[in-house]
Amino acid sequence: MMAALRTPRGLATVVILLVLAVLPLLTQAFDQRYLLSIGTRIVIWAIAAVSLNMILGYGGLVSFGHAVFFGIGGYAVGILDAHGVSSGWIQWPVGVAMAALWAALVGALSLRTRGVYFIMITLAFAQLLYYVGVGLEAYGADDGLNISRSRFAGLVDLRDKASFYWLCFALLAATLWFCSRFANARFGFVIRGAKSNDLRMTALGFPVFRYRLAAFTISGAFGGLAGILLANEGAYISPAMMSWVKSGDLIVIVVLGGMGTLFGPLFGTIAFFVLEESLPPVLNLVQKGWGEYWQIVFGPMLVLIALYARGGIDSLFGRRHG
Amino acid sequence: MVEPLLSTDRLVKRFGGLVATDTVSIDVRPGEIHALIGPNGAGKTTLVSQLTGNLAPDAGTIHFAGRDVTRLPTHARVRLGLARSFQITSVLREFTALDNVALAVQAHAGHSFRFLADVRRDERLRAPARRGLEAVGLGERAGTLAATLSHGEQRQLEIAMALAGDPKLLLLDEPMAGMGVEESQRMIGFLQALKGKRAILLIEHDMDAVFQLADRITVLVYGRAIASGTPDEIRANAEVRQAYLGDEIAEIA
Repeated sequence: MMAALRTPRGLATVVILLVLAVLPLLTQAFDQRYLLSIGTRIVIWAIAAVSLNMILGYGGLVSFGHAVFFGIGGYAVGILDAHGVSSGWIQWPVGVAMAALWAALVGALSLRTRGVYFIMITLAFAQLLYYVGVGLEAYGADDGLNISRSRFAGLVDLRDKASFYWLCFALLAATLWFCSRFANARFGFVIRGAKSNDLRMTALGFPVFRYRLAAFTISGAFGGLAGILLANEGAYISPAMMSWVKSGDLIVIVVLGGMGTLFGPLFGTIAFFVLEESLPPVLNLVQKGWGEYWQIVFGPMLVLIALYARGGIDSLFGRRHG
Repeated sequence: MVEPLLSTDRLVKRFGGLVATDTVSIDVRPGEIHALIGPNGAGKTTLVSQLTGNLAPDAGTIHFAGRDVTRLPTHARVRLGLARSFQITSVLREFTALDNVALAVQAHAGHSFRFLADVRRDERLRAPARRGLEAVGLGERAGTLAATLSHGEQRQLEIAMALAGDPKLLLLDEPMAGMGVEESQRMIGFLQALKGKRAILLIEHDMDAVFQLADRITVLVYGRAIASGTPDEIRANAEVRQAYLGDEIAEIA
């Protein structure tokens, strides 16, 4: 811990984690409730980004349908709620299991392909569920559905913004912990080795497909968890949760933050949300009405990062060793 | 008669109208170095790819270690003890030399569905990997990124990776390719030392190396094995002289 403070990266990481850990206290002290809501969404999106990073960053597999797990987690909560099952003890495991199952199915088909085909198949499967969501008249179709938050009787009340935030933060911490272990364990080395040279890994005797499928499934399960949290954050589900735009945003976040780094997805999520929230008002200061076109500024910024900071925000803290 | 470790029976592989492997039957016995030679385009790499499972033959069978492995996927053949090095250097460039060999050890250390323990502190992988690097003379370079190793060192690293699983048979696809004279001599010495301990199927253009190392040689021309025998028999074979070796053979003989 103390050693971590000596590098810029370590210092930035510790400061960010500390601020996130006490965010509800800060927003209360400064009476900025809206900021806690953004903070909650940042933490939830960071879980999804870390989970995407497991396959995109460490595995080199460009999955263009990761937001589908937002939808699966969200709809598991919403549909069960609509049928009177409001216990989180049932909703959450079902949501995570459904996400893992879907990931296993999509992975089994898509991981046999490479490059652009892989991107297109993951996108196609995500769009498939998106249109299923649009067609679900019973659950609000296009308009979505207001839901009541999952109940964990006696343990935690998700309607309390601060409690819910801390629960999300704890789950982000757990996700990051798992990711840090998995990336340096035997399993992670197989995934990373296959990213580096999958022909070589096969020739070494690794059944690469199986390991990738497992990674894809794990990644989907964590994505499902993020979806469950997202549904509870807004007490609302809609097909828009799993639109391809959201999948694109997640890829942008991971690339922006630094692919294949532990905290990169967290950095990326924060940068993404901060820019999304701050660019419009800043542009409006420059010239009234410009705020609407904030993405015209945001887009070139991403291009610059892609061109000049290959490792994303994480690389701005200097080269990493090991 | 010793039971061969690896044998093919009338193997055929076609690419459209081209017969890249034309009813080839060869075998490698335990402990011997069997060299496969032939001009460019003779189908050597195509044959190796079928042995490793990267290509499926159109007809014929492959037996390895007493089993029919014709339909077995690559990773399963490796598990049985059939390791290879690549003609074009193929190492994990973003990993250190030690990581490369440790991964090769890991491939043979049961399944890798282990998610928590730090692999770089796992002496069950690191210790044999270090020994493997030392055996090929790369002990000093353990912590170097594979991408920054010299070409010759990367070739040595490949051999260390292929040997890590303690294979019964090594398929070496032009291990001397792109090496300088000195590096080649070192590699020849290293393979010489392996002789008798492991079976090796050696594909090599360097005729000096082949005739120094091989117990038996098979000559491939246009996908067909036109001759097979001891180095002396190959030297004396008129068809080989005419079809392929010509002057080069005369020089050595």
